[in-house]
Amino acid sequence: MSQLFYDAAPNATRVAPEREPERVYPDKPEAVTLFGTCVVDLFFPEAGLDAIHLLEREGVRVHFPQEQSCCGQPAWTSGYRDEAKAVARAQLDILDRAGLPVVVPSGSCAGMFRHHYRALFADEPDTLRRVEALAERTFELTEFLLKVCKVQLADRGAPSKIALHTSCSARREMNTHLHARELLQQLERVERIDHDHESECCGFGGTFSVRMPEVSGAMVKDKTRSLMDSGAVEMVTADGGCLMNINGSLEKQKESFRGRHLASFLWERINGTSEGEAA
Amino acid sequence: MSQRIPVTELPSDFRGRAEGALADGQLRNNFRVAMDSLMSKRANAFPDADEREGLRELGNRIKAGALSRLPDLLEQLEQKLTENGVKVHWAETIEEANTLVHDIIEARKGNQVVKGKSMVSEEMEMNDYLAERGIECLESDMGEYIVQLDNEKPSHIIMPAIHKNARQVSKLFHDKLGEPETEDVNQLIQIGRRTLRQKFMEADVGVSGVNFAIAETGTLLLVENEGNGRMSTTVPPVHIAVTGIEKVVPNLRDVVPLVSLLTRSALGQPITTYVNLISGPRKPDELDGPEEVHLVLLDNGRSGAFADAQMRQTLNCIRCGACMNHCPVYTRVGGHTYGEVYPGPIGKIITPHMAGLDNVPDHPSASSLCGACGEVCPVKIPIPELLQRLRQENVKAPEQPQQVKGGGAKFSRRERWIWRGWQMLNTRPVLYRSFLWAATRFRALSPKKAGPWTENHSAPVPARRSLHDLAAQHLDQNGGRPS
Repeated sequence: MSQLFYDAAPNATRVAPEREPERVYPDKPEAVTLFGTCVVDLFFPEAGLDAIHLLEREGVRVHFPQEQSCCGQPAWTSGYRDEAKAVARAQLDILDRAGLPVVVPSGSCAGMFRHHYRALFADEPDTLRRVEALAERTFELTEFLLKVCKVQLADRGAPSKIALHTSCSARREMNTHLHARELLQQLERVERIDHDHESECCGFGGTFSVRMPEVSGAMVKDKTRSLMDSGAVEMVTADGGCLMNINGSLEKQKESFRGRHLASFLWERINGTSEGEAA
Repeated sequence: MSQRIPVTELPSDFRGRAEGALADGQLRNNFRVAMDSLMSKRANAFPDADEREGLRELGNRIKAGALSRLPDLLEQLEQKLTENGVKVHWAETIEEANTLVHDIIEARKGNQVVKGKSMVSEEMEMNDYLAERGIECLESDMGEYIVQLDNEKPSHIIMPAIHKNARQVSKLFHDKLGEPETEDVNQLIQIGRRTLRQKFMEADVGVSGVNFAIAETGTLLLVENEGNGRMSTTVPPVHIAVTGIEKVVPNLRDVVPLVSLLTRSALGQPITTYVNLISGPRKPDELDGPEEVHLVLLDNGRSGAFADAQMRQTLNCIRCGACMNHCPVYTRVGGHTYGEVYPGPIGKIITPHMAGLDNVPDHPSASSLCGACGEVCPVKIPIPELLQRLRQENVKAPEQPQQVKGGGAKFSRRERWIWRGWQMLNTRPVLYRSFLWAATRFRALSPKKAGPWTENHSAPVPARRSLHDLAAQHLDQNGGRPS
């Protein structure tokens, strides 16, 4: 930056860019808790199971507390703070009981643990300490595979062209686009194709999609059009909400193009088949 | 349906207006093309990400620092401006501001006003107010001139006529001014310029906005690219500047990074063609400049935002428009859909303080919270966080303390009960697992219509077995549970 700007504000000489410090990753743990997320639980369970397979392949034992439900995001983004907080507290208690690192196969839910729980519990210093600890040990799936497990993927699939969609909150809060790209790059016979306005929102936004169906619908139509026009044969994403939005819209439009969860895609590429899907 | 209909005749709610805008292919194309171009211009203006982030951080600190001592700075500004010969007026409401402006014009027996671009004057609806009192108020910014000619409102805070393409402007000039049709932008500008030049010479009063008001020196800074701002503030015998109370900054050094952030974020320019520093009326030995300079400082709900530590960040805004340029919602529905002076993400967080949430109940909801706005804001207003806060204020029960004007506008007892039910489901594991069991087992019975969701999507059908179920089976078989 030019000297002029540094000298501009008397009390702010040399303002360092305020970025989140590069995350320091721990060594690969023996065991983790998988937080499945409510959308994966009910609509894409095979992706959750494939995530478990991927983790186990790295020699990580997976713990899945049966008491878990939802991270609280739907109520939080809809303005229902008390309800979101009650659900968040329940998850916090469950995840604290095991005390293990938490892996989440959905960027926006991981972002909820890492960023938004702080805002929810800002008025409770004791809880906030536990929230900070949870934030510290929460990882989005692709991040965990790449940065903590330092996974090496051997591609056994046929040559394919795919498009990658990263959810907005995942990209902005969790850098998911970079992690997913790096993982896909390891797959020798997979070509990742850029699509038009790739970084633009797919229009999901939780309750936005039902409160503003006209605008949300226009956004998802544009997104599906650009995905189909990209020349890719399918779309992969690491976020359940976007996947539900994009696939639901494609089905409504009677298009055959589909998206699928990155966990299932990766598992299939390294095995030639997705076990989760068979289940 | 087209947005050439005057804004007042559009549907009364956001969704209705959005529906019309979304169906207008020309309008959508105009916005998409323009916003894409503005996004790439901004990106090119900040080639170094570290420099950009450092500058944004600096911009944030300057604005937050200025706001932290706003009352003192405003007092200092008034004192310095007065010393410089500028008359300072305070207006709590737009009615007061309009009365003040009208009184100044009346005192000079003026009936012709020429205006540089000013969003605060749009906020005041000054043109209408003065027109009703027999005073002609002509917009001199090319974009503003176009929308005024077509009896419209600006659709963007920097580019008021961005919703129109050259062909539409050409047709307008043909219909209203009898000019031959041309899609040559330079020729179109020459047409506007001819009309406006004469008006500058005839005007009794020039009105402008202010980008930054500098307290230490009593200086009003105004950036512009067309020279109309300089003409409006120097040619007529009286200059009236109108601005919001949040525009004050401590000293001239502060405006260097702020101007750079503003022009680069708005249009990708290193600096605007004109940077006007106005520090008083014509002095006895000077040859030109206005005989009187006035500043009207408008509150209009800003002090309400100021009083709330979180909402106060709204007032950091330097009106660059980058948030709307990058907004996927704004890009699709355009500025008129917002139905208020300030559209886009900044409009959604600032309008509730001006008009009250009850007048713009859909504003906080009209966002997917994608975060593009917050990411580009040059003064780092956490727009998604503030939208979320406004959503909370929007659904507050009447008996809860209201912290934003018109709060609780979207409160619904039924919706609150739905969320209570959702809370119960997600805090009681047995209940949640029973729900999973029922939803997967009776998946064939899941409804074919699911409210607005199925307008855009096929009906969601639960999987055959939940992850809870699959994971339990898998981990039991593999002994994956930690001891």
